[in-house]
Order: sequence, then structure tokens, then C-alpha cells
Amino acid sequence: MAKEFVPNIRQLPKFMKEDPGILPGHRACAGCGCAIILRQLMMARRKPLVIANATGCMEVVTTIFPYTAWKTPWIHVAFENAAAVAAGIDAGRNKLQRSGRFSDDPDVSVDYDVVALAGDGGTYDIGLQALSGALERWHNFLYILYDNEAYMNTGIQRSGGTPFGAWTTTTPVGSKIKGKPLTKKPIVDIVVAHRIPYAATVSPAYWVDALKKFRKGLETEGPAFIHAFGVCPRGWRTDTKDTIKLSRLAVETCFFPLYEVVNSEWYLTGPSLTIAKNPERKKPVEEYLKLQGRFRHMLLPENKWMLEKFQELVDENWEIILKRAKNV
Amino acid sequence: MQKVVKQRMMALNGDEAVAWAVKQSNVDVVSAYPITPQTLIVERISEFVHNGEVDMEFIKVESEHSALSACVGAAAAGARAFTATAANGLQLMFEILYITASLRLPVVMVVVNRAPSGPINIHCDHNDTMGARDSGWIQIYTEDAQEAYDSTIQAFKISENPEVLLPTMVTLDGFFISHTLQNVSLLPDEVVHEFLGVRKVPKIKVPEIHGDKEVPLMLNPRYPLTFGPLDLFDYYFEHKRQQIEAMMRAYKVIEEVHREYAEISGRSYGDGFIEPYRIDDADVVVVGLGSTMGTTKTIVDELREEGKKVGSIRVRVFRPFPRERLKKVLCNFDAVGVLDRGISFGHYGQLYTDLCATLYGVKDAPAMIDFVYGLGGRDMPPKLLKKIFEEVLEARVKGPEPVFRIKGVR
Ligand SMILES: Cc1ncc(C[n+]2csc(CCOP(=O)(O)OP(=O)(O)O)c2C)c(N)n1
Ligand code: SF4
Ligand SMILES: [Mg+2]
Repeated sequence: MAKEFVPNIRQLPKFMKEDPGILPGHRACAGCGCAIILRQLMMARRKPLVIANATGCMEVVTTIFPYTAWKTPWIHVAFENAAAVAAGIDAGRNKLQRSGRFSDDPDVSVDYDVVALAGDGGTYDIGLQALSGALERWHNFLYILYDNEAYMNTGIQRSGGTPFGAWTTTTPVGSKIKGKPLTKKPIVDIVVAHRIPYAATVSPAYWVDALKKFRKGLETEGPAFIHAFGVCPRGWRTDTKDTIKLSRLAVETCFFPLYEVVNSEWYLTGPSLTIAKNPERKKPVEEYLKLQGRFRHMLLPENKWMLEKFQELVDENWEIILKRAKNV
Repeated sequence: MQKVVKQRMMALNGDEAVAWAVKQSNVDVVSAYPITPQTLIVERISEFVHNGEVDMEFIKVESEHSALSACVGAAAAGARAFTATAANGLQLMFEILYITASLRLPVVMVVVNRAPSGPINIHCDHNDTMGARDSGWIQIYTEDAQEAYDSTIQAFKISENPEVLLPTMVTLDGFFISHTLQNVSLLPDEVVHEFLGVRKVPKIKVPEIHGDKEVPLMLNPRYPLTFGPLDLFDYYFEHKRQQIEAMMRAYKVIEEVHREYAEISGRSYGDGFIEPYRIDDADVVVVGLGSTMGTTKTIVDELREEGKKVGSIRVRVFRPFPRERLKKVLCNFDAVGVLDRGISFGHYGQLYTDLCATLYGVKDAPAMIDFVYGLGGRDMPPKLLKKIFEEVLEARVKGPEPVFRIKGVR
């Protein structure tokens, strides 16, 4: 791996101005955390990217013919196949590179990093098979899951990434069943079980940590996976100004711990490492939940058990990660 | 006119013939998933790759959905991409079939025709590719292993033609062709290389993004393009119209490629679209697709011996449908029997309905009868074919009713 990349706050604005990768003017909602993830990915580039984007919010808000927000070669094919499309791009690039196909064409470059970009629906659920296949085949690409915890593009339906208790339009708060009765699939565990060289979690609130991880993912030889925390004010019923605050609280409450898994070895990073060393800094999850309309019912006295269960689930998950982490 | 080149004869079955065509066609990326009766194609290509006999990337995907998705990615990246499948595999690709065509990517796919489940079956009928006839792919139905080989090579040239830029599906009948040994003439590698070259990427103008510059239509950081954006009622229809027009332009290209190939190889299949057999003075003909039309020729010969004026026409290209050619030729006969190895439940066989649409309102249109046969690989014995011809001959006096007849079923 190359020398560790440290984002340079002085050079970044210039870099992003000259070569933004993605332009403003797209139609993401105000306060969309997922759009911030895309910008941060662009800030971490070592060379141009080619992006295969699954159907979902990021695909829809960045394009509508004849407009595009992408100043990066970009392709959208379908919902469940971002990893397979990326695999094809990887294979095509390999063959073109080794045969020197376009070496004397000044209009073409085949030197780029391949990125697959998909939401939680396109990853935990309908895209899991294509993802697993691409990881097993060891394609050289970075898969980015932007997790807004529901099918937002189709109007806030639950996914395998929707957390316990959350309201969505298919897990309504009814008189009998309140929100999602099940929990979030441990997607990073599933991915890491493929023994890929690099996996990590990022939250846009911790942008230096995020940029470093994006860069590592891009530099990885073979498959890499990043699980990015993507606040969705529209679907979570949150205030647009709270996006970064929520991105921080998710980490501070250990609902979304930050870590990386390098060759199957787990390392906590940034604030999560600090909390591991100073457990008193771990905030109660209620602080995170109470800002979100989708969890409002869980704060009512009669649903106290839900809040308690949510906290238990967070604690359990955090314990598991603490046990795995090599650096605590 | 070019001289016909010297060729090597090999005993190959249809699947192997396709694998050889792929091996010689400068394919950059193969992405495929095994399914009977297509498996020999992926096995042979795997052997070529693993023995270092060909330099290509073979992505051994986890499903057909991913097989075609990866071909789309590879083709958008500027590579020549190939896949092969059958029945259930093709059905799993269904969503991506339409997308490949609408992205105008010149992917080539061989489908070894197999009856769709259920009940699960592995033998030949045409309902699998007939289900995909509206997806925007060019469809070529071949009669034997030699033609499967020839057509696979031609398919790349057709698809990649800048006037076309549509994916092509070449089909061969499961087991009847895929697993039947035949003497196949193979062109020398260098002749195929010269015929096809490597994949060339067309240049397009995208004034909104790249001004006057003609930029390569591929995923390319020098001139970034957006493939597959959201496209609603304000432009989608225009893009569909472009697909319709590209299909219309494909007629000429298919014909040219077929002719050019014939000059090198010495082999042609009618005019590339339809292959008539002994029709000149015929009173009635039988029209059909695929391997059955080989047997049909034998029956035509036998009936001719008996003094009956019969002939046959094989439809080779099903999409774009050779409607002008068929319109012209079919009006010469009193009655036409259509062989359909497929059925649109609740209607007729697919070839029959397309022929009816072609001949609607045409003066002197023949009487037409639909013979649905061979579903799930049910054999079409010569005796049955003869019977069909006799029924068509009878229709000259008795008329075509009933026009829908199921043959070879208990
Ligand atoms: C095969 C298929 N099934 C369903 C859909 C409808 N659909 C489009 S986007 C989407 C949800 C996307 O959810 P996610 O991946 O979480 O992305 P988000 O919109 O939340 O960013 C669904 C269900 C589709 N396009 N394709
Ligand atoms: S619905 Fe949510 S994820 Fe989609 S653009 Fe709006 S805020 Fe972003
Ligand atoms: Mg989502």
C-alpha cells in the first residue's frame, strides 16, 4: 500500500474546484447526508474514478436526461447489479490496459479506479448476491454502501438495513406492530466473511477519517468495501440542519461505530477508539433517537421497552466489535 | 471480389463451434454462467483461457443476471463482451436485456434454445428467445453448427457497426445442434481477426458537455459521460425512437456483413435474412426457424420426387423481422404452413402472428396455417413433417381452417 494519505485541508478546496468529480445543482434534498458522502469520496481520489451506481436516490438525484451532476464517467444499469457492472468494468479495464488498446489514443484513458455505489436496498437486500459474487471473484474495485436505512427513492420502505423500531411506510407504527420488529443485518460481518483485504465504516461527520478510508479502499488491490452512514432528513423525519449532528451522534452513541477491517483484523478508528478507551464517553442512544421522527413512538412511556431494546442491541453490537478490535 | 479462403475442417458440435468463434473473435470479456445445453460453450472457453490459447477475461459470475450486467459494464468500458445462456438463464437476464439494448451496447449473446420451466425441461423449444423478441436485441436463428459459428462471428460486426449499436442474440437449437457433431469449417484466426478487428468505439458529440469535440462513447476519464441516467416522459420516447430506427438500419448492415462474410468463407444463408429452398415453382411452402428446417429440406426433396410442388423458407433473422422480403415472396404461393416451436399462450405461435401482421391487407396473400410443434424438445419426425406438408397442400382446396393446429402432441 502507498504512503498513508493525509487529507490536506489547504489543498483540498483547490483540488475540488479544479476537478470536482461531482457538481452542485443535483436534486438531493436539503441536508442529504448521502450527497455529502459522494463529495468526500471525490476528495479522496488518487486517480479518476469510474462509477457504477445502483438504482436509488443517488442515481436519481444526480441525473435526469439531458442533465448530469457527474464529471466522472458514470453508469447506472439497474438496482441489484452495481457490483456485477463494476466487475465487468474491472475486467474490461484489465484487458484494455494489458493489451495497450488505447495507448496511442490521446482521447482515451483506461487508468482509473472502479467504484460501485449502492444504497442499503441495493446492498443488504436485492444486490447482496451480486456483491458476494464480485467479492469472491476478487475484483479490483471499491464498493460503497451509502446506508440511509430504507428504500428512500421509492418512498421510505423498510430494508434489511432499517434499524429496530424505525417507522417506514412498510413498517408503520400501528396499534399492534410499531415500526420494524427486526434488527439491522450485520452487513460488514457478511462482507468481511469473504475475507476481503479491506472494509471500513465511515460517517461524514468525521471527514478526515472518512477520506483516509475512502483512499485506502481505492488503493486496495482487490475488493474493498465501505459502509457509509447516510442521514436522510426526508425519510428519517429529521431537521435538515441536524445531518452532521446526527452523523456524529450515531458514532458517539456507538450505534454506528467507526472501524476498519484490514485483512480480517478489526481496528477501531477516531472517536470510536476514544470511546473504547474511555467508556464513560459513550452517550445513551436516546440522544440520537430523539432527534428523529421515525423513532418518535419509541420515546412514549408505553413504548419504553422499545427504547430499552434499542439500547440493548446497540450495546450488544458494540461489545462484539470491542472484542474483535485489535487496538483496544 | 475477395477469394474464398482455405479453411480447416473440424468435427464439432454446435456449442463447440460457438466457443471456437468466440476464441477467434478478439473478445475481451466473457461473462457467463452455465446452463444445459449451453454448458459446453463455457467449458470450452474456460479451457481456451486456462490453457493460455486466448487472451480474454472470463468472469465466472454467480448468476446470469450478473453475467449480462458484467457484459454491460465491460462493453461500456470499451471492451468486446460476450455471454451465452439458455431458457431460465435468459429469463433471469430479462431486465438487463432491455437495458443493454437501450444503452446501445454491442454485446453478443448466444442462446442455446431450451424450453422454459416449468415443468423444468432441458430440451429445445423457442419460447425462451421468443420471450425476448421485444427486448431490442437483433435475433438470428441458426440451422446448424456451421451457421452458429458463422453467425457468432458476424454478430460482433453487425452489433458494433456505428449505424446499429444494438446487441445481437444468436440462437441454436438445444441438443439438436448444441450437442450434435458436425463437420465445421473454421476460418483461419488471422482471417477472422482481419474481418472483425478489435472492438472500435464510436465517437459521438455531446455538445452540452464536451462542446464540438467528438468523444469516444465509453466510460473514459478523459471525456466523462453519463450512461443510464433517469429519463422520463420528456426524452424517453425519443430514445426509443432511436432504437426503432437503429433496428431499421440494421437490415442493410446484416445484409452487408452476411455478404462480406460469404465472400471470405464461401458460405451464405439465403440473402442473410431468409433462406428459400426449391420455391421457384412451388404451390405451397412451409416456413420455420432453426434446425427443423434442415429436415424440412429433405422432405421437400422427397415430395418433389412424388411430383408435389412444395418448397420451404427458413427465417434466419427474426429481429429485425424481414417483413418486406417475406411479403414479396410469400404472395407467390397458394398456402403457407408456419412451423412454430413456440406459443404465445392465448394466441398463436410467434412466427405465425408476425407473418399474419406482415401479410395483412396484402393482395394475393396466401392461406396460412399455424403448426405448433416440438415444445420441450418433442421430436419432429420426417413423417410428421410430411403430414404437415400434405395438410398445407390440402388447404389449397379446402381452405386453411382450422388455422391453429398442434402437432406431435398426445
Ligand atoms: C428490480 C427492481 N425492483 C424494484 C425497483 C424499485 N426501486 C427503485 S430504487 C428502490 C429502493 C432503493 O433503495 P436503496 O438501495 O436503499 O437506495 P435509496 O433510494 O434509499 O438511496 C426500489 C425498491 C427497481 N428499480 N428495480
Ligand atoms: S430522500 Fe433522503 S437520501 Fe434521498 S435525496 Fe432526499 S435526503 Fe437524500
Ligand atoms: Mg436506502
